[in-house]
Amino acid sequence: MSKSANKQLNTKVTLRPDQKYVARWVQPGSRVLDLGCDDGVLLAYLRDEKQCTVLGIDRDDAAVLTTMKLGIDVIQQDLESGLALFEDNAFDVVLQLETLQQMRRVEPMLAEIARVGREAILSFPNFGYWQHRWQILQGRMPVSKTLPHQWFDTPNIRCATLNDFADLAANCGLQVKDRVALHQGQRVNVLPNLRGSQAVFRFGK
Amino acid sequence: MLDSLNSHTRDIAFTTPLTLQSGAVLPAYSLRVETYGTLNTAKSNAVLVCHALNASHHVAGVDEQGNTGWWDNMVGPDKPVDTNVFYVVGVNNLGSCFGSTGPTSINPATGKLWGKDFPVVTVEDWVNAQAALADTLGIAQWAAVMGGSLGGMQAMSWAMQYPNRIKHCVVVASTPKLSAQNIAFNDVARQAILKDPDYATGGVPRSGLSVARMIGHITYLSDDDMAEKFGRDLKNDALQFKFGTDKATADFQVESYLRHQGEKFSSYFDANTYLLITKALDYFDPAGRFDNGNGGDLAAAFAHVKADFFVASFTTDWRFSPARSREIVAALIKTRKRVSYAEIDAPHGHDAFLLDDARYMGAMKAYFERIAGSIQ
Repeated sequence: MSKSANKQLNTKVTLRPDQKYVARWVQPGSRVLDLGCDDGVLLAYLRDEKQCTVLGIDRDDAAVLTTMKLGIDVIQQDLESGLALFEDNAFDVVLQLETLQQMRRVEPMLAEIARVGREAILSFPNFGYWQHRWQILQGRMPVSKTLPHQWFDTPNIRCATLNDFADLAANCGLQVKDRVALHQGQRVNVLPNLRGSQAVFRFGK
Repeated sequence: MLDSLNSHTRDIAFTTPLTLQSGAVLPAYSLRVETYGTLNTAKSNAVLVCHALNASHHVAGVDEQGNTGWWDNMVGPDKPVDTNVFYVVGVNNLGSCFGSTGPTSINPATGKLWGKDFPVVTVEDWVNAQAALADTLGIAQWAAVMGGSLGGMQAMSWAMQYPNRIKHCVVVASTPKLSAQNIAFNDVARQAILKDPDYATGGVPRSGLSVARMIGHITYLSDDDMAEKFGRDLKNDALQFKFGTDKATADFQVESYLRHQGEKFSSYFDANTYLLITKALDYFDPAGRFDNGNGGDLAAAFAHVKADFFVASFTTDWRFSPARSREIVAALIKTRKRVSYAEIDAPHGHDAFLLDDARYMGAMKAYFERIAGSIQ
């Protein structure tokens, strides 16, 4: 768990717009777990700017290394094997950004998130985004900024819309506190499931 | 010695008796240490490197005999444990045979070699002796204690025995306790020595020691690694249809290699030391003191730990597999300690902790840079 003690490694981190959006939902001083923490910059931001106690999980060697270089604690693990390392309600907030769509076992993952976190914030590419729908109407699998891969090499094996995901989350014991569609990091209020390329959910339980 | 390492070897004598876990008392003892780098004025940059079964105080650089240190790829100028930043201390453990008090030194009570009378020492005993060493060196708190395998057990034990004297604990390819299979391998090795007729008569049981080494060596390598190194390659052109004990009678390359390793090992390693160190491995079980009806509560053993941890394991290590390292990580997380964990997908089995791998070295370097950043 990294607390603000590691100021020495502070490099001013730059967040992606969607990371910036969710960061404001994290209360200062929270215990935060990031599932699929990637390069660790969101955790570094939460540690340095919000005095959070943070921990990342990632299976990727490069992600583990870059996260460690920021002085952030990280556990190298495949999320498919669950969160047995953690006790119930061990974290105030569990983050899982742009990761769920790559998971084989989505329901058990959500149940585990609900178990170890008091609150959860998840994001994934919104399959209902108009560009995606348009490409399907044209008879093609969608390729866009949020879904950049071709159908045959995509790591994104779960395709869901805002509406689909809300139904599933309820079944897994997660209560939707906020559901937001983002496009280029900006909130889309009008026709979100059509105009938002990225879905962001905030859950309580 | 390499100047840039600023390497110094010396023997340090201790006259305060050391009470061992067995109840035996060592009235006086000596530890051979090798240091690298420079201790800063605050004495806050010291790193203790703990060795495994057959290694020693000679961690880095090339000694007078031309031997390269066992963790030379890890410790040195600009290496993961950077001796431009850290003052690194290598120590030969009690009971070993590379200069510290052990079976090959004189028992003052008899004036003869200790031999098989040297008392059984445990990981906890070693750590107590290392703490006396730290006192002598004026090191109140280590910036880090690190080790691989049995060395990792000592690092863990430091965090538990002296929570205020260690800031970071680096545990590589280790385990919170040996499994039945681990103990079984150790005992086969010990029996090879104990049943060697030369051992019973007070001679050097070279045959037993070399078989012990051969057994141990197999557990350090992965199946894939052996397949790649040796496969079923023959030593000579054809099968020999006979038996033998020397390299010349080996059918397969793997036999020849192991016999060579056994031979070489038995020429410099002490049999009693082998017995002692494998026993220390078997006995290590800090969780065992906290009975939970399920093999002991490791989290309870870690409850008072203050150090931050970095734990690393290797996917093909079947001696101390990643699952054993994950037990350590889980117990630390349960007690809300800070821990990072890297699971390196390396092909070389248990021995991987001694070898170069960019991901392993990179993670170690990143963690020691973090330690460096926290040094006042």
